[in-house]
Amino acid sequence: MADHNNAHNSHGGERHEHGSLKSYIIGYIISIVLTIIPLVVVMNHMMERTGTIIVIMVTATLQFLVQLIFFMHVRDGEQPRWNAITLVFGILILLTIVVGSIWIMGNNAIGMKM
Amino acid sequence: MLDNIKEFASEFFVTGDPLIYGADVSIVLATLAIVFVLTYFKKWGWLWRNWLTTVDHKKIGIMYILAAIVMLFRGGVDAVMMRTQLAFPDLNFLEPEHYNQIFTTHGVVMIFFMAMPLMFGLFNIVVPLQIGARDVAFPFLNSLSFWLFFVGAMLFNLSFVIGGSPDAGWLAYPPLSGTQFNPGVGQNFYIWGIQISGIGSLASGINFIVTILKMRAPGMTMMKMPMFTWSVFASSTTIIFAFPILAITMLLLFMDRFFGAHFFTLDGGGNPMMYINLIWMWGHPEVYIVVLPAFGVFSETVATFARKRLFGYASMVFAMVIISIISFFTWAHHFFTMGSGANVNAFFAVTTMIIAIPTGVKIFNWLFTMYKGRISFPTPMMWTIAFIPAFVVGGMTGVMLSVAPADFQFHNSYFLIAHFHQVLIGGVVFGYFAGLYYWWPKMFGFKLNEYLGKWAFWFWNIGFYVCFMPQYLVGLDGMTRRISVFSDPDWTGLNVVSTIGAYIMGIAFLFQVAQIGYSIFRHEKDTTGDIWDARTLEWSTPSPAPEYNFAVIPQVHSRDEWWEEKERRARGEQPAQYGPIEPIHMPKNSAIPAIMGACWFIAGFGLVFHWLFFAIPGLIGVFICMFARSFSAHKAEYYIPAEEVERTEATLRGSV
Amino acid sequence: MAQSPAHGADHHDHHAAGHHDPQDLKLLGFWIFLVTDVLMFSTLFATFIVLRGGTDGGPTGAELLEINGIIISTFLLLTSSFTSGLAVLAMHQNKVQQMIIWLIVTGLLGAGFIGLELNEFLHLIHEGATLQTSAFWSSFFTLVGTHGVHVTVGLFWMIAIIIQIVRRGLNSDTKGKITVFSLYWHFLDAVWIFLLSIVYLMEVM
Repeated sequence: MADHNNAHNSHGGERHEHGSLKSYIIGYIISIVLTIIPLVVVMNHMMERTGTIIVIMVTATLQFLVQLIFFMHVRDGEQPRWNAITLVFGILILLTIVVGSIWIMGNNAIGMKM
Repeated sequence: MLDNIKEFASEFFVTGDPLIYGADVSIVLATLAIVFVLTYFKKWGWLWRNWLTTVDHKKIGIMYILAAIVMLFRGGVDAVMMRTQLAFPDLNFLEPEHYNQIFTTHGVVMIFFMAMPLMFGLFNIVVPLQIGARDVAFPFLNSLSFWLFFVGAMLFNLSFVIGGSPDAGWLAYPPLSGTQFNPGVGQNFYIWGIQISGIGSLASGINFIVTILKMRAPGMTMMKMPMFTWSVFASSTTIIFAFPILAITMLLLFMDRFFGAHFFTLDGGGNPMMYINLIWMWGHPEVYIVVLPAFGVFSETVATFARKRLFGYASMVFAMVIISIISFFTWAHHFFTMGSGANVNAFFAVTTMIIAIPTGVKIFNWLFTMYKGRISFPTPMMWTIAFIPAFVVGGMTGVMLSVAPADFQFHNSYFLIAHFHQVLIGGVVFGYFAGLYYWWPKMFGFKLNEYLGKWAFWFWNIGFYVCFMPQYLVGLDGMTRRISVFSDPDWTGLNVVSTIGAYIMGIAFLFQVAQIGYSIFRHEKDTTGDIWDARTLEWSTPSPAPEYNFAVIPQVHSRDEWWEEKERRARGEQPAQYGPIEPIHMPKNSAIPAIMGACWFIAGFGLVFHWLFFAIPGLIGVFICMFARSFSAHKAEYYIPAEEVERTEATLRGSV
Repeated sequence: MAQSPAHGADHHDHHAAGHHDPQDLKLLGFWIFLVTDVLMFSTLFATFIVLRGGTDGGPTGAELLEINGIIISTFLLLTSSFTSGLAVLAMHQNKVQQMIIWLIVTGLLGAGFIGLELNEFLHLIHEGATLQTSAFWSSFFTLVGTHGVHVTVGLFWMIAIIIQIVRRGLNSDTKGKITVFSLYWHFLDAVWIFLLSIVYLMEVM
């Protein structure tokens, strides 16, 4: 099947990559490191509140990207990459839901305290 | 024992209101009549094989539309009853509790069970034919979507005779919709009716996106797609981003009501305003979900009946995509009065004003398309023309509402009611009617009677303005929504006029029913498959289209491919040859969607009444259906032999 | 059905004539489904973040949540995501047995994750934190529980796929199922990263 996919892929050299053992192992190791960093920071109280939150969110986002690239192979497949485009818009809406809720409900809470 | 049964029955069935007894009797009689007719004419097998288990997008579309028309009737009866009460508030035609139930079910039925299925019906019938495909990407899932919608709608409507209707408004704001103030089962019906049909809508959204992205005929690039298909794409994209929010919001309300959780309760640290925030994150995109396809319909009809290319194709596409994105950034304008402060309100006021701009662009495009066109006025075009002033006025009052400080005056008044009815009826309903009249010949092979259709059109339009214009005035005068009685005598006159308008629209609906009934027996047949002399590929097939749609998949060269092909033929060129007829690969019918729908119904009914002995077997049934499908899907396809295709084509085309 | 691979090959040759590779369609459809699932989780996350202060004078997360058990669950799920990737790798090399073994390892790790989660929930209930305790615990149990339900459904789904592969072997249809399943499983791990970060780490820090 894989060869057939290759045959009708119009983009010459570029084709369905299924990842290699190497890429899975690299992804796994980076994920472990990115999990340990925030754990260490939190467990040992190495930073103040804002710094910790930034570390947690940055490592989580990086790990999400690692999973997307090394495990879910979001960069592969035929052009145009509708799956990646959907994901980008999905993340835009995700941020809208989360940030919008926090913003609106946070302002609400301020209003109630006054 | 007998007493126990009596006690159970008096709570289980809705009792005490003569209107509901009347409805009970008519429901039972109608059911008996249907069963009798099906049995007498031995049509059960035909119904099951040809319709209930079908995966053909054209038949599924027809079932959606049929269900939507029934629901339009139900929602319309609700509306007329409300208007009757408001014209004569002292007569107590409806008790306040009953009035609450009716405005709730009117809203829910009209949006979820009328507008949505009518929209999916048009998607189903038109999209595969317009893009030169043989079916949608996932025909089985399509059938499942229909059954989830249908089961959700039936579950919701059941509340009216069993258990009691919901009465907390169409969006069921807590704490009113929580157990504290609403201990009955009505709100449970609301949650599960919407949840089950919502899953179906989400699946349909995915299905149509994949269909449009992957199944277009060769040569049809994105920028050569017909405008209705573009509108379906924009609407489906909005569906897949908005409906997950609805699903979770309903889940959380269910957790509150079923398990005693504290998301939206007044005690336990909950926050009812979070529900309002979440439901409008879905709710605002939802209005664009239903109106975008209407814009698509107008783009088709206006080009066909002005006999011109659509003006400003690229700007139309751009406007549609922008609308579907910005629709996610305006939700807080539904609760400016909640008290989130000036920053939040200013942001959402501005985004709301911005979204009016692409809509304005589209209006001008339609007008410019008509400019210097050779316009004819059959019913689809009449609805299109009527839409423009109705939507412009409705849109302008929307911009008025978007001004946050002014909204503190308009909020929840009849001004708002008039505004959203004007855009939803003037935009969505007029649009879907235009679509229905336009594609009716493609669905059934004959045209609806134009004479009766024009009567229906004028009654609808006059009734519409008579009904809603007074509501703007009475709203500015301070009348709020959701009241069944009022004491200000100044409001009486305007309310009576509004009620007269509602009745005129009711008569208009009867004209449409008569129109359909009459046209079934006496009609103009569509022998060419292209009764309007139209522009896009769906008109290149016979009417109604054969189950495989296209004997040979067409090759697309330009936007209005079918029009160009006709031009080429008029110049004396040979009709395009797309290659020999080959065996056609088709999906088999499946009973699983209908059975799975039934299992969902049982599960939903059990969860409504907290009957786990219903809910658990129902959910197990759902999972068994999923596994049954997973294990049998690879056997669910077959080929139509080339000879059979040739025979069918000869019969269909022979009558030309 | 013996002809079906031949037809499968046909499809590719005639791609230009309007045939569509069903696996291609399913893969895209499933991606879009995953994006909708992302939005379901983000709604739950938004609710959790907004309501996290609503403990109503009852127990807080910092008091009751135990990070040590969570670290173990995190590594179980992360490893299972890795092993499900190895199963896909084996599938592309047509090593059926190796693939099934990796799938079973994935399933066992997933089952271990679910076991730990149930254990944690029982512990919390024992300590007096239930769905009814406060808005914080309602949103905690619903968010974490929804993820748990996803993992559980994934386990049953995987069993169904393994049975089909044992019966019918690897072909384009079953390969498609494995590909889609592994996407789902990686996705659940990705969601868990944010659960760990936003629910557990930010609560106990």
